[in-house]
This record gives sequence, structure tokens and C-alpha cells, in this order.
Amino acid sequence: MLRIREVSKHYEKNGATVKALDGVSLSVKPGEFVVVRGPSGSGKTTLLLLCGALLPPGSGEVRFDGADVYSLSPNQRAALRAANVGFVFQQFNLIPYLSVLDNVLAPSLAKPDPRAAQRAAGLLERFNLSERASHFPAELSTGERQRVGLARALLNRPRLLLADEPTGNLDDENAQVVLSSLAGFAADGGAVLMVTHSRQADTYGHGTIHLMRGKIVTETAEEGH
Amino acid sequence: MNLWRLVTREIRYQKLNFLLGLLSVAAATGVLVAVLTMLRSHDMRTREILAQKQERTEQEMAKMKDDYRIIMKKLGFNLLILPAAQDLKQYYASGYVTEDMPEEYVNTLAGAGLMTIRHLLPSVERKISWSEQGGLQVILAGTRGEVPLTDRAPKEPMQVAVAEGEVVVGYELARSLKLRAGDSVMLLGQRFTVAGIHGERGTRDDITLWIDLATAQRMLGLQGRLNAILALKCLCAGNELSQIRRNVAAVLPGTQVIEVDSKVITRAEARERAGAVAKTALEAERENRAVIRAELEKFASWLAPVVILGVTLWVGLLTWGNVRQRRREIAVLRAIGISAGQVLKIFLSKALMLGAGGALIGYFAGLAAGTASGELSGGPAGALTLFSLTMLLSVLLVATVLCVLASWIPALMASSQDPAEVLREE
Ligand SMILES: Nc1ncnc2c1ncn2[C@@H]1O[C@H](COP(=O)(O)OP(=O)(O)OP(=O)(O)O)[C@@H](O)[C@H]1O
Ligand SMILES: [Mg+2]
Repeated sequence: MLRIREVSKHYEKNGATVKALDGVSLSVKPGEFVVVRGPSGSGKTTLLLLCGALLPPGSGEVRFDGADVYSLSPNQRAALRAANVGFVFQQFNLIPYLSVLDNVLAPSLAKPDPRAAQRAAGLLERFNLSERASHFPAELSTGERQRVGLARALLNRPRLLLADEPTGNLDDENAQVVLSSLAGFAADGGAVLMVTHSRQADTYGHGTIHLMRGKIVTETAEEGH
Repeated sequence: MNLWRLVTREIRYQKLNFLLGLLSVAAATGVLVAVLTMLRSHDMRTREILAQKQERTEQEMAKMKDDYRIIMKKLGFNLLILPAAQDLKQYYASGYVTEDMPEEYVNTLAGAGLMTIRHLLPSVERKISWSEQGGLQVILAGTRGEVPLTDRAPKEPMQVAVAEGEVVVGYELARSLKLRAGDSVMLLGQRFTVAGIHGERGTRDDITLWIDLATAQRMLGLQGRLNAILALKCLCAGNELSQIRRNVAAVLPGTQVIEVDSKVITRAEARERAGAVAKTALEAERENRAVIRAELEKFASWLAPVVILGVTLWVGLLTWGNVRQRRREIAVLRAIGISAGQVLKIFLSKALMLGAGGALIGYFAGLAAGTASGELSGGPAGALTLFSLTMLLSVLLVATVLCVLASWIPALMASSQDPAEVLREE
């Protein structure tokens, strides 16, 4: 589904070159849950944004379903994201002035769908948020916020979930809920690429990529799922 | 979920911020509308005042013309040009002129181009005893109709000539002798047909018989002679009797001038002066109003650009602040798949609402303020008269367009913001 080849992203800063990504190749298939690890500044977020059609690489190519993502027009890329990609963030990034329900429905702005409301209700139910539908993000606990974030990411039935330290701000219990949801998504045939520092993730991931200064240093695959 | 809901939710969430913008637009619109309404109020009041004054002036003028018509109709001629030799004591005592002067005098006078007199009527007259009517004392007057003034376009004569063989009978004579138009009467051995009965004048005219000049001259033995030239003095400056006397004496030294009755003329003259004063007053008022208006207009003409520019910059600044504040939200929306165009739309819709809402509030506030401080009587009725749909629509249009334009650059900044840049900063 997602395949990136020899992707590099360099930044020039005060004459010095920062190699955020340096010749990275990887692929994520449907049903796969790939974990990305690495120290701060090693290029994890850069990799995720690049995979999410939000950040064009300096060189190399990013293909989604075989199509070169960055040869698409900006609007086509937006449509690609709306239809296929869900994002989950460490800071949740909920829209403060929208209720829980409206936050979950936000992706339908990009991809209108008459069944969106029904699906949103189902997702709230599933994440145990039905009671909170009319609440605002500020009124929620961090765990609840991330569940709203997950529900939002899932509304348009994406095929790829990109999660940047989704459990970074959560306690173990809530982290567990999020991780098992992501695993469930993969089990249902979705692809997950998750950046994390959490050890808990090891029980869910099917493979782990270690990044160091923009390069993949080790790649482990856990077979048998 | 749609963009509209997103925009209205955000506005509701940032109430104060939006209110601040709304009030700014409303205040700017209000100030301009108030000034424009005051201008409108001023113009309407001007029209009102001028119309009133105009009407009063016209009434005065109409009255004056009326009076003049009354003089013409009732009084007849008011100037009497008599032979210089005529003893006025004798004239006043007997009621008719005894002396005579050459008939050419009237032509000389008509050709002299005097501005102060008009309508010259040569006449001979004598008190006679009407033997056929039992020696009734009457005045026999002969006229040949008005002598046209050679230097002026001919006017409709006040008195038309009496044809030969006809007689016009004074009111009192006709009444007492039961004479009617068409009757045949004998006068000093000659037959005349009554051509008409003169209207009542309350003067010796009421016992006068008018026949044609030549016949009268013959009957009275006054061939080629006149007793009097009747005239009407003009309604003009310099028509004092002394002036007229000097004028006439210069042309006809052998005459004297007396004024018969001047009460009505005096009134007409007073009216004419009043009319002239009213006209000048009207002009002065018009000028005065124009000066006030020019001042208001001048005020509006520098106020408008300042206010418009100020509020445009302010709205742009507010939108810019809003865009900065919502950087993360915009990035998230973009990540979710919303296009740059939709982001632009979000901010421009908000600007549109700001402009339309502010203009709507501002218009009515401005209308109220402008009515209250304008010259037309205030209150809801005044506001209703001053309400202008065109102004409301123009204000709505201008405010909306300006708000959208002011928000354009910040909105473009929002839509072209790189979401990756923002999302990396966790
Ligand atoms: N726009 C940019 N300009 C300059 N340098 C950048 C830019 N974006 C990323 N970098 C640099 O690229 C490197 C990788 O950044 P990235 O955000 O991907 O790291 P990360 O692994 O996600 O780190 P963290 O764990 O702290 O989130 C960093 O050194 C960062 O400073
Ligand atoms: Mg990161």
C-alpha cells in the first residue's frame, strides 16, 4: 500500500545541512502495524508527514497504491489524505471550539458522506464517548481526548493510520486502549505507522524501525501474527 | 458538518473577538451613515424650507398681481395728464376738465419712450345735460382707444375704442335709465346704440357716456383737441409722482399731471417690494444652506476615507491575529484533507459575516444617530423618512467587500501555510 524508496529530506540551516531523513526506504502493507523508534531529532515526525502526503521529500519517491504521491497536485493530495489517511497526534490537536461529535465529524468537511453522522455515533459508542458527544475538548481528560482523536482519524475509514507518539501524554491504562485500537485497526486490514517511545507498543507492533540521524539503523520484523 | 457550521462555531467560541470586529465595522459604518444621514436630513430640510419660502413668495406675488388686476379693472387709469392751463380747483369742484390741448400731444407722449407711464388714452369730456333724458347731468367722454407706445411691444389694451355710432354707458346711468346693450338712445340729436354697460366703479365714471373721440370732439366743438390723457403709471422703481411729472413735463411742457387714486397701487407696490425682499431672502437662504452643506460635505469627504482605511486595516489586523492563533487548527484541518481553497473560504466567510453584520448594525445605529442630530424632526418617523434602501444596500456591499479584501492577505497566509511545519512542532 505505502512504499517509500531512498527518500531524503535535508534542511539548510545557517550554512549547515540537517539531514532529517537520509535515504530511507520502507513499505507498509495492509494489516501491518509498524513501529518507528529513535531519539529526538532522528527524523521520525518528518518520516510520518512525508508518508502522509504532507511533506514533499527532497529526493526519492513516496508511492501510495503504486501512485507517486508527490506528483499529484496539492488538491489531489488533500483528497488522497481525506480518503485514505488518518492522523493521530501526541497533542491530540482537537479543534477547541467544536464539540466532541463535531471534532469526530471534521474529516467529513474534506470528504462529505451522508453516512458520516451515523459512523461518528458508532465511533463515539465504540470509544465510550457517547455521553461526551456535546462536550468540548477542554472538558475532557487526556485519555478521552486521544480517544476522540482516534475516532476522528477513523471517520473516513482510512486505509493508513499515521500516529506520532499517540500515547506520549497518556497513562498506561489509556495508552493501552489506544494501542489496542490501533492494533485492532491493523487486524481489520488497515496499515499503521506509529512513532513511539513506549515499550508497551512492542506487544502490538509487527515490526520496528529504528531511526538515527535520518537513517534506518535496524529493522526488526516480528513474525507470526 | 460543513464549513458554515465550522465558521459559526468558531465565532461563537471567540465571541469577544468577533464582537470586537463587528463593533469596529458597525462603528465605522455608523459614523459614515450618520454623516450621510445628516446630509440627507439637511437636504430634505433645505427643500422643505425653500419650498415654504417659495410658496410664500409666490403667494405675495400672486396677491400683487391680483391687486394690479383690481386697479386695471376697477380703478381704470390712475394718472391724468391735463392741459397746463387747467385750474385744478375748478376741476375738483366740477368733476370735469374745462381746458383743452392739441390732440398730437398723445402721439408725442407715446413716442417719447417714458418708462414710468403706460396705457395712454386720449379723451375729451364735458359735463352736459342729456336733453333727451329730461336734462340729466352726465359726463360725455370721447375716446379713440389706447394709443400704442411706440417703443414697446403692444400690450392688450385696457380699454378698447368705442365704435362710431355706439355708446358705452356708465353703471349708474344704465341702472337708473334701465339701459341694456343693444338699446338705441338719442344723445344731443344723434342716435347711438348701447354697445355695453360699464362695470360699477364708484366714481364719476358711473355717470359717464363714452363715445368715439371724433364724434365727441365734433359734438362738443373740440375738433383736434383733447381735455385729458389718461394713463397708468408703471409698477416699477422711480414711479413717484414727482418723477413722472418731471418726465412728462420734459416731453409736453404744456401739461400737468395728477394722480387719481393710489391706495391700491400703493398696496401693490408694497407687495411688490415684499415679493422682491422675499426673493432675495430665498436666495440668501439657498446660499446659506449651500454653505452649511458644503461644510458637512467637506467633513464627510475626509472622514470617509479615514474611517474606511482605518477599519479596513483594523479588520485585516484582526483576521491576521485570528489566522496566527489558529495555525495549529488549520494544519490539522489540512492533514485531515481539507484543501487550501477551503481554508481560504473559512476565513473569507468569516470576513463576509463581519462585514455584513457590522454594516447592518452600523447602518441602523448611524440612521438613528444621524436622525437625532440631523435637522429634520427626529424620532422613528424622521428615521423612516431618512431611511434609504439604496444606502443600506450600498453600505452592506461596500462593508462586505472591504472586509473580504482586508482579510484576503491573512486568509491567503492561512491557506498557504505549510501544515507540516506546524505539525512537526509537537
Ligand atoms: N523545517 C525545518 N527546518 C530545519 N530543520 C528541520 C525542519 N524540520 C525538521 N528539521 C530538523 O530535522 C530533524 C528531524 O526532525 P523531526 O521533527 O523529524 O525529529 P523527531 O524524530 O520527530 O524528533 P522528536 O522525537 O523530538 O519529535 C531535526 O534535527 C529537526 O531540527
Ligand atoms: Mg517528532
